[in-house]
Amino acid sequence: MTVGFVMLCHTAFDRAAQVARHWAERDCPVVIHVDRRVRRPAYDRLVEALADLTNVRFSGRHACEWGTWGLVAATQEASTLMLREFPQVRHVYLASGSCLPLRPVEEMVAYLDERPRTDFIESVTTGDVGWTVGGLNIERFTLRFPFSWRKQRLLFDWYVGLQRRIRFRRRIPAGLVPHLGSQWWCLTRQTLSAILDDPDRARYDRFFRKVWIPDESYFQTLVRLYSSNIESRSLTLSKFDFQGKPHIFYDDHLQLLRRSDCFVARKIWPHAGKLYRFFLSPDREGQAQAEPNPGKIDRLFAKAVERRTKGRPGLYMQSRFPDANWINIRTAAPYSQFQGFSDVFKNFETWLGKTAGTRVHGHLFAPGRVEYAGGETVYNGALSDSAKMRDYNPKSFLTSLIWNTRGERQCFQFGPGDRQDINGFVAADPNAQISVISGAWAIPLFRSNANFGDIRREAARLQKIEAEYLDLLRNHWIKARVRVWTLAEFVENPMEPLQTIVDEISPRAMRRLTEVPCMVDLTGFGQFLQNLRNQGMQPVLMGDFPAGDGQPPGNPRRGRPYLVQ
Amino acid sequence: MARPVHSDARAIGELSPLAPLSPAEIWTAWRLRWKRRRLLLRALRKRGQLRPLADRTAAIRPADILGLATVRNEALRLPYFLDHHRRLGVGHFLIVDNGSDDGTVEMLRGQPDVSLWSTGDSYKLSRFGMDWLTWLQIRHAHGHWCLTLDADEILIYPYWETRDLRALTERLDAEGRESFGAVMLDMYPEGRLSDREYRAGEDPFATLAWFDGGNLIVQVQPRMRNLWIQGGVRARLFFRAGPRRGPTLNKVPLVRWNRRFAYVNSTHAALPRRLNRVYDETGGEALSGVLLHTKFLPVAPGKAAEEKQRAEHFANSAQYDAYYDSLVADPVLHCAASTRLTGWRQLEAMGLMSRGGWI
Repeated sequence: MTVGFVMLCHTAFDRAAQVARHWAERDCPVVIHVDRRVRRPAYDRLVEALADLTNVRFSGRHACEWGTWGLVAATQEASTLMLREFPQVRHVYLASGSCLPLRPVEEMVAYLDERPRTDFIESVTTGDVGWTVGGLNIERFTLRFPFSWRKQRLLFDWYVGLQRRIRFRRRIPAGLVPHLGSQWWCLTRQTLSAILDDPDRARYDRFFRKVWIPDESYFQTLVRLYSSNIESRSLTLSKFDFQGKPHIFYDDHLQLLRRSDCFVARKIWPHAGKLYRFFLSPDREGQAQAEPNPGKIDRLFAKAVERRTKGRPGLYMQSRFPDANWINIRTAAPYSQFQGFSDVFKNFETWLGKTAGTRVHGHLFAPGRVEYAGGETVYNGALSDSAKMRDYNPKSFLTSLIWNTRGERQCFQFGPGDRQDINGFVAADPNAQISVISGAWAIPLFRSNANFGDIRREAARLQKIEAEYLDLLRNHWIKARVRVWTLAEFVENPMEPLQTIVDEISPRAMRRLTEVPCMVDLTGFGQFLQNLRNQGMQPVLMGDFPAGDGQPPGNPRRGRPYLVQ
Repeated sequence: MARPVHSDARAIGELSPLAPLSPAEIWTAWRLRWKRRRLLLRALRKRGQLRPLADRTAAIRPADILGLATVRNEALRLPYFLDHHRRLGVGHFLIVDNGSDDGTVEMLRGQPDVSLWSTGDSYKLSRFGMDWLTWLQIRHAHGHWCLTLDADEILIYPYWETRDLRALTERLDAEGRESFGAVMLDMYPEGRLSDREYRAGEDPFATLAWFDGGNLIVQVQPRMRNLWIQGGVRARLFFRAGPRRGPTLNKVPLVRWNRRFAYVNSTHAALPRRLNRVYDETGGEALSGVLLHTKFLPVAPGKAAEEKQRAEHFANSAQYDAYYDSLVADPVLHCAASTRLTGWRQLEAMGLMSRGGWI
């Protein structure tokens, strides 16, 4: 017993002829159908190219526009011819001109010989398919489709909508349960002939003539009437992209195709010479016995769909630039922005770097230059430290930095003395962790050697900027992880906030802080704030700092916070 | 060539979704329609400036992919340029020579798949060669996929080594796309520009092996909705103080041409503006490529001196004197954060191009 191939061809006839010859020479009869829209000379050349093979036939030609009845009519006629002319055929395999056998024919024949009663056809009830183009499932059968989906899309959509509104429904012939599935099947003689010789065939054909994309439903539905043993999967490896177009296989897919263990794959690029040479070579040995397993390569295709539809978050480039509605995650990875910490602690950056195991930047948005970790002048990805370049497009700067350092958590200092243009962007980014010690900017002023009048003016300026930022952080659309302490609160109990932040940065470490950063000496800070007040400036962001010696009560060791046990 | 374009660009997250039926949009569309017509008319008027030297356009077959370029003294770069794009499947090259005197003309005349025109008129007044190329496109490119490049640009894209331009353009056709975007990547050597020698026909990326991997500045210009990508090594070194004037790096080099189309500003943007939609606006990634830029071959300092003196490459050339002077000084472009080129998969992983859904 053997298998016969029905090939539907409409282009790349050289390759179709090559494959047909491969099968025919290995005692598998081939019936070829050529689209009627193909010109005569091309058809004649194909016929001539295969003229020397006695087990190749050409069937009557139908025009096969995508999604129309012509494809089914062509299949019916070619299959009838196959069953009539080649009595030794037990399984009929429906293939296209761009199919390529991946395993030796003998393996396929052996495989089918072991399963002489099995019909391989993907056949799924309409409620269970998730892949249909245009979202039409059962409506493929119950509506009318006089307009072409490809060429008259507007009319098509309008007419479908109209029929839905007026609740138009076609009646499905009694006894039929609509099923859908891949159009590439392999049926036994018994089943196929039962479908083709059915006394009711004329009635069914009349119905399916007006169904949308009948080649994905005609055999898939009728096979349920006759087959005793349906294996609902296609033996042909065929993948579709997110637009419902078949993926094309190229030379670089050689290993991928081998790995799939499938018998036949489509669509093969006609110019993929290496694939045709390799898989059609006469001395190819197979993996015998291996079960076809397209699942092995499914992940790759799922990832491609995801890349095309979702992209890589945080990447902005010449083919990805989401508009305001689509930009949810703005950066490639989580990062932390610290406001006031390097004012409160003497060695905060070094300490954090050591504790969290990452490099910690200074003020990335400082007005003078970008203060990268370690004082670098160019950073990963050759980012410049020029403040002008950063300020020209701060969003590009930040997203590039986060993108370039994927895999390494970015931490940087921020403050009211820095450029503020980026604030809204960071605040709306779910990847941002913003920690603010409000009013900490006063500490450098307190320790500075400047005239008090200048200090007062600067304090007023910084307080205004920080207050605006804190207002922004209270908005309802904020997506960043925001934590704000007043300076007084923080100094009271610095360990707990630090522990929380570090745990969030390196969750796997999950250990108690042992080494703590060294706090600056705040003796006299309360008096400093009082002096500001006395001069008419009201410092409010620090919280309640007693005017006394500057250290809030309850902190016995100055300059050195206690350990949390 | 890189020219600053002045308009209110939209940064990341600021691009509002297109509302094609709003009155403002309709008005813009109308104005751009006339702009495109003016550009076409301009090309028509300038057609007299072109003198055919080798017209082999009769050999163009209907499915051929065409390559177009305006060149001047590129005898050094052209052999590799032609080889590379021929290998990618360009069927016929249409080249305008703008007054070369280094053997470029003789070399191109001898190529069987090159049609050559010559002109002595001003490059700048011809919109940096675009008027001439637009005329050739009107005449010869209708219905063809058309690759418009400079002689120092080498196109690569995902899978380029195994899938030629036929495969790429079939893919674009299948996706219903008419244009393909690429970003220019300035390639540079490790030492001074003139340290190593380069002979015509050699692989330029043996020495120009380095690039800046992640300092591009991306925004969108709302009027034509085209990208505006700047940055790269030239911005890092020569436009630190005025990044807005830094070179524009986004291009739309590959278009299924229609005789009614026109490039607006080199090949950075085109009209009708749907051709500029080479990027996905809904968060996904479209298929895109990279133009490897061979500007920094050892001849670059000499060329910069010549270009500065000719003042033909920028709309207001005087502003770029400092840039030229830096190049003439034979600088080192390489830095500790430079990346060494290993292949397209590296560029794809770094996000400098994308395979979209193509596997």
